[in-house]
Amino acid sequence: MEGLTLSEAEQRYYCDLFAYCDTESTKKVAPNGRVLELFRAAQLPSEVVLQIMELCGATRLGYFGRSQFYIALKLVAVAQSGLPLRVESLNTVKDLPLPRFVGPKNEQELRHTALYSSDADNSTSYSGVIPPPPGRVQVKKGSVSHDAVQQRTSTDQQESTSPVVSPQQSPPTSPHIWRKHHRHSSGGNNERPIAGPGPLWTPFSEAQPGASTTGDPIWSGHSPPPHQENWVSFADTPPTSALLAMHPASVQDQTTVRTVASATTANEIRRQSSSYDDPWKITDEQRQYYVNQFKTIQPDLNGFIPGSAAKEFFTKSKLPILELSHIWELSDFDKDGALTLDEFCAAFHLVVARKNGYDLPEKLPESLMPKLIDLEDTTVVPVISEVGDQSGEVGYSSSPAEAPPSKSPSMPSLNQTWPELNQSSEDTAIVHPVPIRMTPSKIHMQEMELKRSGSDHANPTSPLLVKPPDLSEDNKMSTSKFVAGNTVADGYSSSDSYTSDPEQIGSTVTRQRSHSGTSPDNTAPPPPPPRPHPSHSRSSSLDMNRSFTVTPGQQQAGVAYPPAVPPRPQPTQGAGPHVHRPVDAEGLIAHTSTSPQQIPEQPNFADFSQFEALVASGVNEEEEEEIETHSEVLQVEKPSDSSGSLRVAKAESRIEDKAAVNVPVNSGKGTTPLAPPPKPIRRRLKSEDELRPEVEEHTQKTGVIAAVLASQPSIPRSVGKDKKAIQASIRRNKETNTVLARLNSELQQQLKDVLEERISLEVQLEQLRPFSHL
Amino acid sequence: TIVAYILRALQNYPLYIRSIPTENELKFHYTVHTSLDVVDEKISAMGKALVDQRELYLGLLYPTEDYKVYGYVTNSKVKFVMVVDSSNTALRDNEIRSMFRKLHNSYTDVMCNPFYNPGDCINSRAFDSMVTSMMMQVC
Repeated sequence: MEGLTLSEAEQRYYCDLFAYCDTESTKKVAPNGRVLELFRAAQLPSEVVLQIMELCGATRLGYFGRSQFYIALKLVAVAQSGLPLRVESLNTVKDLPLPRFVGPKNEQELRHTALYSSDADNSTSYSGVIPPPPGRVQVKKGSVSHDAVQQRTSTDQQESTSPVVSPQQSPPTSPHIWRKHHRHSSGGNNERPIAGPGPLWTPFSEAQPGASTTGDPIWSGHSPPPHQENWVSFADTPPTSALLAMHPASVQDQTTVRTVASATTANEIRRQSSSYDDPWKITDEQRQYYVNQFKTIQPDLNGFIPGSAAKEFFTKSKLPILELSHIWELSDFDKDGALTLDEFCAAFHLVVARKNGYDLPEKLPESLMPKLIDLEDTTVVPVISEVGDQSGEVGYSSSPAEAPPSKSPSMPSLNQTWPELNQSSEDTAIVHPVPIRMTPSKIHMQEMELKRSGSDHANPTSPLLVKPPDLSEDNKMSTSKFVAGNTVADGYSSSDSYTSDPEQIGSTVTRQRSHSGTSPDNTAPPPPPPRPHPSHSRSSSLDMNRSFTVTPGQQQAGVAYPPAVPPRPQPTQGAGPHVHRPVDAEGLIAHTSTSPQQIPEQPNFADFSQFEALVASGVNEEEEEEIETHSEVLQVEKPSDSSGSLRVAKAESRIEDKAAVNVPVNSGKGTTPLAPPPKPIRRRLKSEDELRPEVEEHTQKTGVIAAVLASQPSIPRSVGKDKKAIQASIRRNKETNTVLARLNSELQQQLKDVLEERISLEVQLEQLRPFSHL
Repeated sequence: TIVAYILRALQNYPLYIRSIPTENELKFHYTVHTSLDVVDEKISAMGKALVDQRELYLGLLYPTEDYKVYGYVTNSKVKFVMVVDSSNTALRDNEIRSMFRKLHNSYTDVMCNPFYNPGDCINSRAFDSMVTSMMMQVC
């Protein structure tokens, strides 16, 4: 079977017919019986019918599928128009009139009268014209089922007049009736004379004052011919009745509408017929009326009507609040609590329809949907619940293309909201992944947490967007500072495999830690981390431990250990006490790894005072000077302690920066806050460190160490200093261990959180995706 | 499986109740009511915590042998309580979270309706349909 192209009107018509024949509601197959009856109603010779059936393949299949049915209908039309039945005629014949089936559908033909009698189901007076509530009982008449939807038998019953009139009476009750009229007019428009709109109008106007239903009795008196006018005037009814409901005073509007309608009856009929079966379509007059009403509330057509104003306005219609609430839900498309022009018109139209007895749909009809440039929801087929099988109708109803032309500058706001919505969601989605989320590094965790909190709620992308760049910048900064050290630090601080970013972050972390650790007066904790790293706030001792742990490992590895060191220089450079640091840091570093070696150097405490003096002398960054002086002092002090000799040795070997570091370290340890034991070791380490080009690191380290040492109780110079040194180092190591353990657990936790966050985000994304289809 | 959704306002009167199956509803009412205590406890425990999705979702309030109760609270202290059958082990925590999120969104839409007075029972068809669809997914 070749493909079948149907015009829109045909599509709708056929769908209705199919629905009508679809007695079993299979929506796929029409039983032969019904179809045959229908074809019989087409008044075609039986052989033609058979031919049709053959052509469409029904005989082959044994039933009428939807496609077969459509093809058959088209062939019926072809046959009715006298053209030979051929498969090619299906698509080649343009402008084919719709197949006519004798029955209520064809009011124009008076054959329906004959059918009436047979239509017992039409409990109402009409006979088959208007399908009785049960629906498709029009089999007998072979009428089309489009009337089946009319479940408002109540109105039908009012039509006690001739069957011809009946259809006219139904319009007010159901949109389908409207549609039916449309179809009728489309089918037999030319045949139906437009007679006497005048008399029609008058009774109509009489009907106006009453409720919509009152129009029915009036209709009963109408004659068949003007049914189109009825239908046309019905179109006016909504606005007029709405007028009545809303503005009793605006009688003038009614007359205006009516006169307008009457004047343009012919045009409307044609237009309406072309727009076909969409009862929810807003006519131009209606549209204009709505727009005027909108203007009274909100002069700017591109603006909003706030919810409260709309509520007042629609409450005037005296509909129950529940229904108004539902209307609002339907019409407020973007759910913003305000009505744009299109939304307002849709809402108004729904109110009008409701007042006229139409039931509210479950979903917004397509023609009422506000035009959204971004959304292509025109393909959505809303289902009008009230309509029994009319699901197809709305779907086929003229798309927004036929919608009131005045769907004016549709919702710039709506258009904006949608893209914004999409963008925001995309942005948030984008923002989130940007940072290196999945890394366990703490900074990442912090970033993620920030993002998570920001993105989930109203926190638009900006804060999030800001943060990652900041962090990444920081990371980059930190990386730039120390490259070699970073890798080491990262490797040390976390065993997880890092991406390049994590490395940066890790370095940043270490840098941060070292920052805080380097100086008790640490100038500034690492800037980037959105959340102050807990370790940052910790006492410098921790950092020192960290540096301790770092350094030994690194030193042992022979790598440039002080990944943490590099940051030190900055904070330490500014602080006075930092004087010690450069020395201390290294000293400490050296100390840990060589703790056992420190003991023998303990006795160098005697030198400490000298060192302190030296330190106090203001030697700050001048490590070399210190070192030299210290070395000198040390040398002087040598005889006092064996460690002194060591120190001297160190100093000799290290007459550079390291020595200076050692000095303060030693002094600190022996006397005041500095930890003596480590110092000598530091010195030794320093010698190793010197190999590294990072002098600054040393200074920082020493600063850190100094700080750490400072936190330790001063150890009286005594033999027990060795023990204390050891104990101190042990303590420091333990502290470092705990710190690291805690860090690890925190990171693990953050990792879990991040993973969960990711999952929830994915879920959110999925939610947003289907949402875009709506 | 048995699922019930109950929204309760600030003063803990129910705004919306829905359960499947519909029998035994009284039991769910009781369960939800008793779980409100746990909800309040969690709310007070949060203190000044940042308001974000994580804290809105209260998680498993308490499990019994028959069912589990999940809680969620909005910024305006409207509490969503969900009771699910314990036999429904397929429900992961994230699914519950997403369900609450959907509920919250639908609730927000209801609130946007000027015809809805906060504190009224929720009679929105859209809300109902959303809840029904969610329950169908679970059941």
